[in-house]
Amino acid sequence: MSDSALVLPQYFRELPDRRTPLDYPGYKSTALRAPLRTPVDLPQRLTEVTGPVLGEDRVTAADADLTLRMGGEALGQRINLFGRVLDSDGRPVPDTLVEIWQANAAGRYRHVGDSWPAPLDPHFDGLGRTMTDSLGRYEFTTVQPGSYPWGNHHNAWRPAHIHFSLFGRAFTQRLVTQMYFPGDPLFWQDPIFNAIPPSARHRAIATFELDRTQDNWALGYQWDIVLRGSEQTPFETEDDGDVA
Amino acid sequence: MTVDHLSAQVRDADEGNDRRPGTPRRGSGFLDEPFRLSLTPSATVGPYLAIGLTWADGPYAVAEGTEGAIWLRGRVLDGHGDVVPDAMVETWQADPDGRFDHPDAPAGERRFPGFRGLGRSLTVVPAGEYGVLTLKPGRVDDGKGGLQAPHVDVSVFARGLLDRVVTRIYFADEAEANAQDDVLLSLPDDESRRTLIAQPSADGYVLDIHLQDCADQGLRETVFFAV
Repeated sequence: MSDSALVLPQYFRELPDRRTPLDYPGYKSTALRAPLRTPVDLPQRLTEVTGPVLGEDRVTAADADLTLRMGGEALGQRINLFGRVLDSDGRPVPDTLVEIWQANAAGRYRHVGDSWPAPLDPHFDGLGRTMTDSLGRYEFTTVQPGSYPWGNHHNAWRPAHIHFSLFGRAFTQRLVTQMYFPGDPLFWQDPIFNAIPPSARHRAIATFELDRTQDNWALGYQWDIVLRGSEQTPFETEDDGDVA
Repeated sequence: MTVDHLSAQVRDADEGNDRRPGTPRRGSGFLDEPFRLSLTPSATVGPYLAIGLTWADGPYAVAEGTEGAIWLRGRVLDGHGDVVPDAMVETWQADPDGRFDHPDAPAGERRFPGFRGLGRSLTVVPAGEYGVLTLKPGRVDDGKGGLQAPHVDVSVFARGLLDRVVTRIYFADEAEANAQDDVLLSLPDDESRRTLIAQPSADGYVLDIHLQDCADQGLRETVFFAV
């Protein structure tokens, strides 16, 4: 291998029909904000295939338990929310920061911009952080968030959801998204959920896990998160190489 | 050996069979199609991102008082030319030597130990602008034996954006490097290049990000990239 040739990983570009589109008229806030011009392809070079290596010093163990804040216990249905962060090749993404935020059990966010008349919970701030372990696993203890109305259209309600933010290991892998709960009756009328192409929606919904439900304590939900993996086809080179 | 119970497709298979895409060869242990998990789809950060994404040190890619530190500032504007007061701007960049502290980057001495490379700034009113204190990046290998002009990769997240949008910040006082940068050269005209070039300011550089054209005010949509 020559010193001058810089060999960089290349990250898989998901097909457009499996990505959430920027323009989705049913979600009204897109109208003045979603760019209208066609994006320009950017080659994946050093800036794109690297990313911040954030340390354990950004989180404490208490950051993963959202039910014990400000000197007391949060109200609501306690849940254990766990899963793995993988890339699309199935490899775990270890030691990466996972940030979450959510409404309380009544569907109210602790934010000056949220004025709908559901109660705030003095023992719930809705913020969680953790690092994935060496196998890409994460786990939070929190409460099931409530649904809440919003002004997108008449009688619009958001399905219960938890916001997630992940860095992965490269700029290309950065992901901000929302996790939903199985069987929510509000899915059909929610434009943010329905903006996701049908073939990808299952990835946005956690599964109920009786095995990880704790007797007399908390329901278990699993949600695995898949970030972009390598562009290469894994077996092709090896297979063809054997011929010689 | 009798093979009457097998279907013709199985009975007649041998090593000479074509391996068509999508039809795994039985028993080979290999997949013809690459194994690939489908990706988790993106969603908007929504209006309450400040709950989860506020870092006290977010805007500081370097500590205040660091020699040579500059502020990258600007506003995020919508299709009416109005300030977007609930966006998050994240920056990622090389250090002044063009290096990255990352396992996939070439090894080498890094001379800026407090430098994080990552900046995160919410455009919350009353300021209504992003601001990241950082060091000006150096030129970065383009992977083809050349060098890219100094640049910062930028992600913008906001209510109304169902996915992040990605752009770059270049620097007006790097005219020579900019003139050789093949990403800038790949853009159709100077008008589009100008949307990526930050201008010197009192404490660093300034560049507004326009999510859409605003014809009334003669503003052009920033060039966004598919990465």
